[in-house]
Amino acid sequence: MDAIILQFLNGLDKGSAYALIALGLTLIFGTLGVVNFAHGAIFMIGAFCSVTLQRILTLSSETLSETEKDFLGNPLKIKTPYVESWFGPEVGASIIDWAVPLAILLAIPVMLFVGFVMERGLIKHFYKRPHADQILVTFGLAIVLQEVIKYFYGANPIPTPAPSAFVGSFDFGPLLGLDSSLAYPYWRLVYFGFSVLIIGAVFAFLQFTTFGMVVRAGMADRETVGLLGIDIDRRFTIMFGIAAAVAGLAGVMYAPINSPNYHMGMDFLVLSFVVVVVGGMGSLPGAVLAGFMLGILESLASMNEIKNILPGIDQIIIYVVAIIILLTRPRGLMGRKGVMEE
Amino acid sequence: MLGLKKHDTQLLIIVICLALFAPFLLNPFPAGSAMAQFNAGYPDLMQRFAIFGIFAIGFNLLFGLTGYLSFGHAAFLGIGSYSAVWMFKLLGYNIIPGMILSVIVSAFFALLIGYISLRRSGIYFSILTLAFAQMLFAIAYSDLIGRFVGTPITNGETGLQVYTSDPQFFHSAAKPDIPHLFGQKMQSTYTLDVGAWSFDFNFGYYFCALVLICMFYLAIRIFRSPFGLMLRAVKSNQQRMNYTGLNTKPYTLAVFVISGMYAGLAGGLMASMDPLSGAERMQWTASGEVVLMTILGGAGTLIGPVLGAGFIKYFENIFAKINDNVLHSWFSFLPDGIEDFMVTIVHPFVGKGWHLTLGLLFMMVVIFLPGGLVQGAEKIGATFRRKDAKSADAEAKAAKQRNPAAE
Repeated sequence: MDAIILQFLNGLDKGSAYALIALGLTLIFGTLGVVNFAHGAIFMIGAFCSVTLQRILTLSSETLSETEKDFLGNPLKIKTPYVESWFGPEVGASIIDWAVPLAILLAIPVMLFVGFVMERGLIKHFYKRPHADQILVTFGLAIVLQEVIKYFYGANPIPTPAPSAFVGSFDFGPLLGLDSSLAYPYWRLVYFGFSVLIIGAVFAFLQFTTFGMVVRAGMADRETVGLLGIDIDRRFTIMFGIAAAVAGLAGVMYAPINSPNYHMGMDFLVLSFVVVVVGGMGSLPGAVLAGFMLGILESLASMNEIKNILPGIDQIIIYVVAIIILLTRPRGLMGRKGVMEE
Repeated sequence: MLGLKKHDTQLLIIVICLALFAPFLLNPFPAGSAMAQFNAGYPDLMQRFAIFGIFAIGFNLLFGLTGYLSFGHAAFLGIGSYSAVWMFKLLGYNIIPGMILSVIVSAFFALLIGYISLRRSGIYFSILTLAFAQMLFAIAYSDLIGRFVGTPITNGETGLQVYTSDPQFFHSAAKPDIPHLFGQKMQSTYTLDVGAWSFDFNFGYYFCALVLICMFYLAIRIFRSPFGLMLRAVKSNQQRMNYTGLNTKPYTLAVFVISGMYAGLAGGLMASMDPLSGAERMQWTASGEVVLMTILGGAGTLIGPVLGAGFIKYFENIFAKINDNVLHSWFSFLPDGIEDFMVTIVHPFVGKGWHLTLGLLFMMVVIFLPGGLVQGAEKIGATFRRKDAKSADAEAKAAKQRNPAAE
């Protein structure tokens, strides 16, 4: 029982990442009609925003210590981060400690910028081209982004710790009335909460703002909205930026869970495409639902009890489910009719 | 010749020449010189050129003719490898049974996967093939079947290889202990030294090249057959075909199986050159690689995939070897400051960063040359032949027809 609950929670986490990436993919697909294989790379860039901010904050000046000496009597070199010398040691240290959540502030403009540049510079020219071309060019872009990151940050995973306030784990045991303890890391709970918040924000934005209303109308019938005198292309560009920001933020907060490495984008890309297709191309609730569903299924399948009976099932389960769903419900769980059914 | 039109015969002759004279063509620089870095004429790499050429030709039969973009073709490559190694284990090191089995088994899997995946088209087809391939990869990687049967089938992450304890029924002491063709070792290489040059003639390579030529001929025949014409009709408008009362499913399924068999044959050859097989051959990145090859060379053209496969494998093996020392020796004629500057500029694109060059190149090709290298060559050819502008126009039209993506 404990194991099941624990894996369920793990699944919620994994599902959050899948859902956020798939949400961005679906937004791009629904608005621009573009299949973006570079979306995993955007997620990765987000994670590296955390790394970058952490590196910036820990930039230090080196001074020779007056008081501390090594055993030969030479003064020791002491590194003081600039942040600490500006804000005082205590505040400075806590700023460095909170690098990952602070990276959100850095990531939003960066990701919006990345999104704009990608859309205006590359994807704009691919609206009219077949989906196969879009897949191929964005796949090429994903390789390029991945290599650029690898060049600047190296091939090894970079540990990016969560704030020390969130280190440790929360014990669900007493809360659920169980005798045994059921510990679950704080940061993963934060991640889940954060992703729910983002998903909610995106839906609210689309539902309750005029901008969102226009975008939804544009998704349904782009031409008519254009005829009404609305510059729909500009709005769609902004939506691309928002989609990039959603994936980027998912990456920022994911950094402490799995140390960022240069190929994490590709690892997530395939799965998030499966998620999008299972949820139904072009359906936002479908993407979120399928993301959580497949994440939980994958986690449950990786339980030792199940793995002993069916080894390797945890890696297959998502694909099995995807194949079954695609064959029984061609449009995915909540797909609209006529989307991508050429 | 051989029932081909003039243009196709020319192509075939070009491929035959390229394949047979590869040891000379790929070794243009003297062995000791600074440019020897760029020599690609060593047996291992030449074999890879031929094998991936076959793989890409097979993939192009599906993608180039019908427009179905499969993202899981590497699965058949892996299946072919595993089957061939199993034949080595059971029967002996002769490669013929291994290759026959790899073609049969991959055809069986292609039939199964194709039958299900071809119910959907467009991106759904891509994702379905991807899902199947990843599934097979996971099964091979964790040896799921082997655990049920009780003996290792794919031998998990270690990979399948031949042990001395294997039965090998037809193996005798007289025969070599490595893959061979009726006693002739695949590895045997004759090195010809002419002055400063040295050329390697490898039996395994020539075997692969011969298979490549046969497969290329077969691909031409398929392209030009009524069957090929039907597939092109499917690509241009499947719905219209269906409305005319024609069931396109058997045609697409047939070409899916054929292209799976090509991939299986390539996998069997791979195992014949190096008698072991691992799951990483089946991963989706390997499928992506063959897509890159085909697009880079020119999807829907006959010779494109072969060129693309050669191009990417050349890059992978030669560019990846260039390190900073080599760069410094290249730019050593420049003043020191500029030399360091040039090395810093070029460094990210070569050596370990060759993927960056590949990605950029690939994006360039998709953006500017949707017809791939072949279209590029045609364009260059057309500029040189200004005098006959009309024929160039006709060629461009033909290129467009071959590849509607260019529109």
